Amino acid sequence: MASSVPSDRLHERIATAALAPGEIAYRSLDQFFEFLGDSFLLALRTCGFILRANVDVRDTLRQMAFIGVASLPIVVVTVVFSGAVLSLYMSQLVVKWGVGGYTGAAVGLSIARELGPVVSAVVVAARAGSAIAAEIGTMKVTEQIDALRALAVNPVQYLVVPRVLAAVAMLPLLTLIADVMGVAAGYGVAVLNGVAGESFLSSLKAQVTTYDVTMGLVKTLFFGAVIAIVGSQQGLRTSGGASGVGRATTNAVVKSIVIIYILNFFLAYIMFGGKTAFL
Amino acid sequence: MISAVDLSYSVGGKTILNGVNLTVERGESLAIMGMSGAGKSTLLKCIAGLLRPTSGTVIIDGVDLTLMSEADLNAVRIRIGMVFQNAALFDSLTVYENVAFGLRRHRRLPEQEIARIVGERLAMVGLPRVENLMPSELSGGMQKRVGLARALALDPEIVLYDEPTAGLDPITSSAIAELIVKTRDQLGVTSVIVSHDLSTIRRVANRIAMLYEGKIVALGTVEEINSCPEPIVQQFLTGSTVGPIQITA
Repeated sequence: MASSVPSDRLHERIATAALAPGEIAYRSLDQFFEFLGDSFLLALRTCGFILRANVDVRDTLRQMAFIGVASLPIVVVTVVFSGAVLSLYMSQLVVKWGVGGYTGAAVGLSIARELGPVVSAVVVAARAGSAIAAEIGTMKVTEQIDALRALAVNPVQYLVVPRVLAAVAMLPLLTLIADVMGVAAGYGVAVLNGVAGESFLSSLKAQVTTYDVTMGLVKTLFFGAVIAIVGSQQGLRTSGGASGVGRATTNAVVKSIVIIYILNFFLAYIMFGGKTAFL
Repeated sequence: MISAVDLSYSVGGKTILNGVNLTVERGESLAIMGMSGAGKSTLLKCIAGLLRPTSGTVIIDGVDLTLMSEADLNAVRIRIGMVFQNAALFDSLTVYENVAFGLRRHRRLPEQEIARIVGERLAMVGLPRVENLMPSELSGGMQKRVGLARALALDPEIVLYDEPTAGLDPITSSAIAELIVKTRDQLGVTSVIVSHDLSTIRRVANRIAMLYEGKIVALGTVEEINSCPEPIVQQFLTGSTVGPIQITA
């Protein structure tokens, strides 16, 4: 009888230990859905202001310059080198298999559908999404968001709307430029690696359609919205001073990149013909 | 007239305000004093309509703020100026743009008129020739003055001050306190001042409310509070570590 007491305790301890991972999973799932719901509501409120044409044009232009124009060099550099390295591998493979002409199609399709949109979005998330979260987060912890509200200005209308519009407008443009530069870099590397320039271009023309390029750009409309909404949401929910701003910034980048990758798969599945329509 | 009726606010299972009843008469200045963490700023933000109380109501001139939508609240907020603890100036805008902020958004005025009002408000708070500076280029005391100028730009009927002299040297504190009195007397605004700084409170207040553990434990004129027998009030006034208020730090 005396020995059963510690054994009961042991059971209890095992039960709690077994519960702990479940509890942690439950909590993080709970937080994740809270984040999704909050972001979704923020997106709805943002759309409400845009539909009522309640938009500050000057601030939107300023954000377009920051999110768009200032991101151009880094977007171009990353997509150019992604296109270049892709072309390097592709040239080596297709020349070995004797189908060197397909390099243009392979590089062009990859860049137009995937590399251009996704790499641009990731770079803009890292550069502009983080800045959005840090700026709005700092405004939150220094009571500037409260000051806006006290001056009867809606923070969503004043801060979020221009950023979302700017990101949605500029990401496709950035991607289009990056696409062209990426393919050009791919062409250069292919030619240096034994692919005939003419066959590169003819397969590019034959295989890459306007649809491919357009759908790639349409994806970036969604990515742009995700970057600005997640950055703003994390910023507006910031608490706890400087370390809170740091957390918000990191979370904004991590969450938006994860969402971009997941969303990209489903958008690609719809746009470029997954065999089973499971959505 | 501002009234808080049975106002409670809790967040994350923690009760911050616990049934506050308070009335502020038109044109008077009421100071809310209390320890750090007593709920003073929370009370002020409930009055400003920035926080929605968990229960109870805030009534300003017969209108209940707690039932209003965010859009309707904006109409009330225009009539309230708020001065924040650390000024909360918009750090990406110049001093001029900070003071002009509300005017640009709520009044259709020609630029000359905006410039005139901004100049007038900055002169009133004793800060001429700072229009083109950024907030980060100003000292803490100057930032608070700009914060007051910004709060006054829309000619509010009520001005709420959150720790107006916290972190300032005694002379600057006195200057800010004088400014609060001047604002009340010249513009006839109703003022609510949250502070734990006794010298500021004594300078600016018509009446004092002592907030302790989310409740108003004493309310009266400066003299009445000075002679209040309530041990919590006496301990606060004397700054003694011995008494009913337990120091948990």
